[in-house]
Order: sequence, then C-alpha cells, then structure tokens
Amino acid sequence: MTMNATGRPTAIETVFAQPQPTISGDRGLDHEEPLLFELGRAGVAGVDLPPTEVSEARLAGLRRQGAIGLPGLSEPEIVRHYVRLSRMNYAIDSGLYPLGSCTMKHNPRLNEKMARLPGFGDLHPLQPQQTAQGALALIAELMRWLTTLTGMPAVAMSPKAGAHGELCGLLTIRAAMAARGENRKRILVPSSAHGTNPATAALAGFTVDEVPAKGDGHVDADALKAMLGPDVAAIMLTNPNTCGLFERRIREMAEWAHQAGAYFYCDGANFNAIAGRVRPGDLGIDAMHINLHKTFSTPHGGGGPGAGPVVLSAALAPFAPLPLLMQDDKGFRLIESREDLPAGTQPFGRMCAFHGQMGMFVRALAYMLSHGADGIRQASEDAVLAANYILASLKGTLSAPFEGPCMHEALFDDAFLAGTGVTTLDFAKAMIDEGYHPMTMYFPLVVHGAMLIEPTESESKESLDRFIAVMRGLAEEAKAGNHARFAEAPYLAPRRRLDETRAARKPILRWTPQVLSEAAK
Amino acid sequence: MSETRYSDQHEWVRVDGDTATVGITKYAADQLGDVVFVELPDVGRKVGQGGEIAVVESVKAASEVYAPIGGEVSEANPALGDDPAKINADPEGEGWFFRMRVADQGELAKLMTQAQYAEFLKTL
Amino acid sequence: MRYLPLTQNDRGAMLGAIGAPDIDALFRDVPRAAVVGREAFSLPDHQGELEVERALARLASKNIAAGSVPFFCGAGAYRHHVPASVDHLIQRSEFLTSYTPYQPEIAQGTLQYLYEFQTQVALLTGMEVANASLYDGSTATAEAVLMAQRLTRRPKAVLSSGLHPHYAETTETLAALSGEVVRAPLRPASAEDLADLIDSETACVVVQSPDVFGLIRDLRPIAEAAHAKGALLIAVVTEVVSLGLLESPGATGADIVAAEGQSIGNGLNFGGPYVGLFATRERFIRQMPGRLVGETVDTDGRRGFVLTLSTREQHIRREKATSNICTNSGLCCLAFTIHLALLGEEGFTGLARINHARAAALAGKLNSIPGVSLVTPSFFNEFTLRLPKPAAPVVDALAARGILGGVPASRLLPHEAEARDLLIVAATETTTSEDGDAFRAALTECLS
Repeated sequence: MTMNATGRPTAIETVFAQPQPTISGDRGLDHEEPLLFELGRAGVAGVDLPPTEVSEARLAGLRRQGAIGLPGLSEPEIVRHYVRLSRMNYAIDSGLYPLGSCTMKHNPRLNEKMARLPGFGDLHPLQPQQTAQGALALIAELMRWLTTLTGMPAVAMSPKAGAHGELCGLLTIRAAMAARGENRKRILVPSSAHGTNPATAALAGFTVDEVPAKGDGHVDADALKAMLGPDVAAIMLTNPNTCGLFERRIREMAEWAHQAGAYFYCDGANFNAIAGRVRPGDLGIDAMHINLHKTFSTPHGGGGPGAGPVVLSAALAPFAPLPLLMQDDKGFRLIESREDLPAGTQPFGRMCAFHGQMGMFVRALAYMLSHGADGIRQASEDAVLAANYILASLKGTLSAPFEGPCMHEALFDDAFLAGTGVTTLDFAKAMIDEGYHPMTMYFPLVVHGAMLIEPTESESKESLDRFIAVMRGLAEEAKAGNHARFAEAPYLAPRRRLDETRAARKPILRWTPQVLSEAAK
Repeated sequence: MSETRYSDQHEWVRVDGDTATVGITKYAADQLGDVVFVELPDVGRKVGQGGEIAVVESVKAASEVYAPIGGEVSEANPALGDDPAKINADPEGEGWFFRMRVADQGELAKLMTQAQYAEFLKTL
Repeated sequence: MRYLPLTQNDRGAMLGAIGAPDIDALFRDVPRAAVVGREAFSLPDHQGELEVERALARLASKNIAAGSVPFFCGAGAYRHHVPASVDHLIQRSEFLTSYTPYQPEIAQGTLQYLYEFQTQVALLTGMEVANASLYDGSTATAEAVLMAQRLTRRPKAVLSSGLHPHYAETTETLAALSGEVVRAPLRPASAEDLADLIDSETACVVVQSPDVFGLIRDLRPIAEAAHAKGALLIAVVTEVVSLGLLESPGATGADIVAAEGQSIGNGLNFGGPYVGLFATRERFIRQMPGRLVGETVDTDGRRGFVLTLSTREQHIRREKATSNICTNSGLCCLAFTIHLALLGEEGFTGLARINHARAAALAGKLNSIPGVSLVTPSFFNEFTLRLPKPAAPVVDALAARGILGGVPASRLLPHEAEARDLLIVAATETTTSEDGDAFRAALTECLS
C-alpha cells in the first residue's frame, strides 16, 4: 500500500489532531473485537438443549469420530461480539451511500416485518399447495406489478440475484433459438457493461463481442448495427447505461437486432431511474432482469440475498424455466416438472431448487404497495433529480466527461485531479474520513478514474447540499496540494488501508490455531 | 546468447541455442503493480507465436501473457509460485516465466529490439 | 410519500439550480413514444403502513404456517428453532443496510463475520477452505460441477439418484452447456453402483448424504472409485445439522462440498432466501466461484480483512471469470454464523443428537402402522416410508386434518413409478412426541 518515502505510514497527527493512546486499545465507542475462535472456550454454550443420547443403530457406522472445533460462547458474549462488529460497518441507515450502480436507498422496516409474518416466513416450499394459496397469490400479485410496470407479458420469478437473472434470460434466448433450429453463438455487449454481462454470456455458452462506446458515453449504435449478423444471438445492453445515460437510440437498436434475427436482452439494474415513467416493453426489449434488492429496496444485507426476476417478451415467454405459476378455478398451482406442462410451454430447465426468493418477494411487494404507481414514478423522478442536482453542482469542481442531463447517477472522471498526485482511490478514501461511503470507483471502464455517484431518492436537499459542500471542499484540498490528507486516507476509520497484495499472495481464508500463534508473535 | 527481443504485448524473449526464455517487460510489471499470482504453462505445451500461454495477476487485474515466439514449453520458473514478487523486482531476470524450444528462429524478426521497444513505449 | 424527503419547494429549487424547466427536461433522452403517464399503469396509488400491513396479512392468513400444526416436511428445507438473538442481530442497520464490503476500512464488521463464517463452514465440512457463500445448495452444487469440469478439463458429471431432484435439474441446466450430465437410475434408499458410470471423461461424481430419501451414504467407496479414474467427488449436504452427528464429507474423501445452510439460523421462507455453503481443498482455491474473504493487516499493522483473489471474479475477469456470481447470501450467512456461534461445539452436536433421536422415535411410531414400512435402514433426521397407496393424496388428506405430513416423493419425481407410494418424513428438535402421536393417528385413518 501507499507508504511515504521512508516506508512508514503517515502518522495521523500530521493530518488530524489525535488524542493520546488508551490503555485498553479501544477508543470511546470504538472497540476492537477478536475472532469468535479466540473468544470461545469449552464448557459454555449460547443455547440450552435437553441432554440426549442416541443409538448407533441407524447411523450406518458413520458417526462422527473427532470434534468439529467450534468455540463455545454464552449469549451475552455473542450479542456483544456482533454488536461490536456491526459498529465497524458503514450503512445507508447511518449516512448517504452514493455507490453508483448499486442503488443504496432507504430500506423500509415495514418490509422486514411483513417478510417475518409466519404465514410467509414459516412456510415450507413443498407443503401442499392448497395450504400455501396466500403465498402463491402474493407471487402472482408481484408478477402483476412487475409485468405492468415493465409492459412485458411474462416474468420468470426464480432467479436469485441480478447475475442469476441474466443467466436465466440468456438461457431463455438460447432455448428460443434452439426451438427455431438455430445455434447462434455471439452476444454483443458494450464496453461499458458491468462485468456480470460478459461473464454470464460465457457461462451460457456464448462468445462475447464488445461494442464500443462513443465519446458522449452512449453505445455506438452504428457500430452495433454493423456487428449484427446471422450468428448473433442477442444484444445485451444496460439501459439506462452504466454512464448514467439513457440510450437515445435504444428503439432503433432493438429494431435492428430483431431484423437480424437476434433478441434484445436488457440489464435492468438501472430500472430504478425510469420505473413508472418508461416501460421497457415499449423499447423493444425481449428480456430484462430486475434487481428487487435495488429498485424495490429489499435490502442489500451486506451483499445479499438478492432476487432477480426476469420479464420476458411474448416470443421468449414459452421458454421460461420451471417452476411456472398457473391459476385456474381451483386456485393457484405450481407447475414443477416437465411431465405436467401446459400446452405451448417449453421450459429450458430449472435455475434453482424450489420457487425463488419468497422472502424478497414479500419485501418488494410491501415496497410497491407502499409507494403505489404514483410513488414509484415519483421515486424515479426524485432519484434522477438528485443525480442531476449533484452533476450540476459539482461539474465545475470535479470533471464530468459527458454532457447532462444524466439519469439516476452522475459520472465524473479524474481529470480534475490531474497534476495533484491524488488518485480517484485516494479521493474516495478521504471521503471516508469525512463520514461518507465512497462512490463507485473505476467503473464504468470507459472513463478514466471513474467516480459514479448515485444519491438515490432517499436524500433530503439538505443532505445533498452538505455532500456537495464536502466534495467541493475535498476537491479544493486536492488542488491546493494538501496531499497527505489523501495519500494515506482514511485516518479515522476502524482500519487504515489494508494490504490487499499480502492477502492475495499468501491467502489466509480461515482461522486456524497456527494463525493465532503467528498473530501472537 | 542473442539480444533480448520484445513484443508489442510487452513480453520479452531471449534465445540461447534453440532455447528461449520468456518473461514480461518492466513496463508491463510496473503497469500491473504488485503481482500476486502467475499461472504458468505445463511443460510440453505447444504454442504458436502470439498464442495465449500464461496469466499474470495483480490484486485488481488479470492479464493474458502471449508467446512472443512459437515453440514447446520446456520449463516453467519454479520460483514464481512461492514468490511472484520476483516479477516486480527483476522482471527481465529472475522474474522469467518459462523456457521453450523454439520452433522457428525466423519469427524473432517480427519482434522489436530494445531500442525499438523503447521508442514503442513512448507512443503509448 | 413517507419514504421521499424532497418537498415540492425543494424540487423546484433543485430544477432551478440545474437550469431545467421541469422534470421532463431531465428525461429528454427518452424517445417521446416511450414515455407514458400514470394512466398507463393499472396499479393502485401509494398507501399507508396500516393499509399495506392489512393487505399482506390477509394473504399470509391464507397459508398454514409450519409452526401452527404438527409438521413433518423436509426434502431440502428444514424447520429448526432459531434463537431470538439471531433475528435481532441481523436486523441491526449496519448489517441489514450495508453493501458488499468493497471498502474494507468501513466494512470490517461484514468482512470479519464472513471470515468467521468461512472458518465455520470449513470446520463443519472437514475441508480446508470455504467461500463466503453462494445463493443456495442447489446452485452451489451446479457451481461445484462447473468447477470440477474446469479442474479436470473433462466434460462428464455423474449424479447419484439420491441427489435432490431439484439440485439435479439445476445442475443439468447449467452443466450440460459445458459438458454432459448423467443421472444414475433411481433406486430409492438402496446402494447404487456409481463406479460403473465413471470413465476417463468423468470430471466428477455428485453424491448427497443423507440423500433425498434420508439415507446415509458412505462416501468412501465412491471417493475411491472416482479418484482411481482421476475424477473428483462432490459431496452434497441439504441438512447441515447432520454434520453434528455424522462423519464430515472431508473425512470421507470429498474434494468439493456443496451444502444448503438454511437449517442453521434461517427460516423456511417458502424456499428462499437460503444460503449455499461451498468448501474445498486449498489447492483448488483459484478455481472456486464466489467471494472470498482473507486476512491481512492495515498500514498500522493491525489485523483486518479484505475480499481477496478477486481476479477469479466477473468484475475483473469478465468472460473468463470462474462464475458470473456477484452477490452472496450475506444476511443469511450472518444468521447462519450467529446461530452456529450460539450453538458452539456442545450445542451443535447436541442439536444433532436430538434431531436423530426425534426422527428415530417417529420412525418407530409410523413404521408400526399396518401396511407402512420404513425403506431407509439408516437416516439422520429424515426417513422415507412406503405407504400401501400413492402418497400424494394421503398428504392432501393429512393436510385437511391439519397435519403437514411430509413430502410425497412424487412431488419431486412425478414421472417415477418407483416414487409414487413413498413419503419423505422429517423430524427436528421442534417435533414433539404429541405431534408424532397425532401424525400416527391421522395417517392410520387416512390409510384405512
């Protein structure tokens, strides 16, 4: 990591005044916390269970011989452990979280409460369907909202995350191609695409051709047109795109793709910018996944779980994966196997066990019912307004590579840092000291030193103004040559910069007693 | 031993008899930053000039390494597994990647001399 | 709208600062023909908390919650008691409302619990390393097969007939794209000879234990047969509590373990979200899918944790990534790791003993019903009964009597005549003796 010339990290005192060291090593509300395995001991547990002995008769001679090695801890110790760990995390509940393309918006607690109703949370996926009609009705209602909002006729509900939804969409396309007796191999993906797009295309058995971006941040539509041909299975675009721009020529591109016999897959990660105002079905899209954890705020949870339902055009709908949800006069019914298919359906397979992320479905529907069609539209407008407000307020201070207006996120590059010796990474780490989570950095790849800011609709104007003031202040500090503030930031977080090279060269991926003894040295 | 030759993909090759030693240039190593891992080819693998033959990784990037000259791999640098930092410390010496039996010495002509490579770098 | 902080005045002032006459001006790149108004959506307007809560509670009330009746369903999802502190802790804002830990300086909470989670999973499975989770057990199984194909550079995967049929279908869907998937013929609850199916093109053999019928399978001979031909053994576990009583897959020869972690810390949730556990040998880590957390130090020399070996992943490797997976099951991992921390060695092994004892007692009760026979000679907390008639209508009849009486095998294998009369029954620490008596009485009635 960045060191000064003598190879030692800059002392905090050179940048921020710092109180003297404490005896405990902790500091006020900030506590260091050992690993569970270092805290635990034998003879204690956080549960009380009746002592039970078992016979060997039914164990096929495979009873475990050795101990597992799990530490023992009481409930108060466990609670304190996790509360202390939690305090080392930044969260949307504690501050603005401008992580572009990630949509860190408010997570209503009503949604959590609803998902925990025993009638949803305590249902077994394989209990008789007549005992789960309310759950199936909820899925059907969510499907109605998703298809109505997108203007698409069908939706596959089982994908468990955005990337899983992409895979589902491409496998649907593959199956539709096969049904036509075609085996097209290429997928066109813009250079600005999120990494999951090419990774998914490869996983689904396609080769990836990169479509260049133009200087204005839009996909080069003419280049895309020229790349289309009889071996192209699909184009895979993100719209609004990862530069935060709406692809103006999207309908033309859809038309060209269809004329060439290809399908149009849209990465719906940024649907939150247009929901309630624009229907993807009106843009010529054949398949699009929706990240329920982004647009409909079923929380991110530190990296999951998510949910990635895929809306489908009429051409692709018959190929959606199992299970299928049907309704007849007896109620709702899941079609779970190929032996039981309604006429005209040819599912390509199955994405996962059971029926998808029910817990996320409940949260998403609670979000939708709370917002209503009017609120969803207002949320999109506010998100776009907030991003443009940031773009307009900061483009004189930072540097914006593209002309506005933007959609729900504002993209800057590192041109304003030229000659300061401060990198995008340094700038981001200095934001941490100011109490902010950094924006998305170095993505999209089409911009040098990218900084992608997504404020979302959840911030008040006062909150946005304060953020803008801090960003201006930092930019001025960088331009004024106050290098130390940036070069080794953060100074005030639970950790300084971490040595990622060391972590990757000699990976230590778990605790072992040896690691403990090494650390003790 | 021949003089070192360079490819526009930032590999170097040095030929001694019919054996060539291959690595990545100092420029490439500097661009990558701290190398954390290198995936080397198995001995006996045949490759044409310009074919993918190894992968070099830093924390934030993974790059393909292309064979600057065609042939059959005869030895992979055993020291890099434990200490990939050698690639940063001495890219054109101890940080060599592999050796190969050269198929056609004539292919060397398609590569740059040190002076030409230095000029080439100025254009990047 | 209670979730939107901007006032009309704010919006006007912000538009003014931007220099836009109205909000439509910001959407000017959208083709005019694609802009729709409120009337395009036949959906209701926003509602208050109370109204939303009423609407959803009405739907919830139409379902029979597992905890409200005698309950015996398993087959890949298990009802266990989750301590109150688990749900309290995972709802802390700093866990619930944070993102993937890309900024390690302000995400040590998430990174440390994931490191602890990886350690716990490695210990339970008897493997050297584990990742920070995948979506669920079924997708973890499919990813394990892809990994084996990459490691061996061979195309074929052999699936045991005891593998959960949904897992087999998920694996077929994905792994057939890059190779060939062969499913062994169904032989419910009896040994199968997988060795005959393994050849020099076989990348891996996939065996679940306890299997979908509950049978405990000895992995050692299969591991030997696979390794003799240069193939890998993938062990699948759908009920992780079994690892508290049974020998670990690592100790019996597995090269990769794919498991469903729902049983620990996570509710049934009608099938998701769950948490996929994924563990393997250290020498295979470069081919692992999913996020990995590693230990390191910060510039002050203090221990800290980071996401590592990211060059395997989609955001760097793009079309050459080991998987397209981006997210993991963060919050479900957290529930898992907290619950397992509460249990500890003593609690976890004790819980496993209780589960087995409850299942053994229940099996004894049901096996004595005339015409009913136990077809799984060994089991952990789940076993299979052969009924004297098709099981699905019997389960419906039991449901009408207020008992969720297990999963008919035909729900998972509708095309298999062999499965028609089989009923898969699970018992856990939540199953009482009274539940078992009620089940016995009702089943006797339904069969007479």
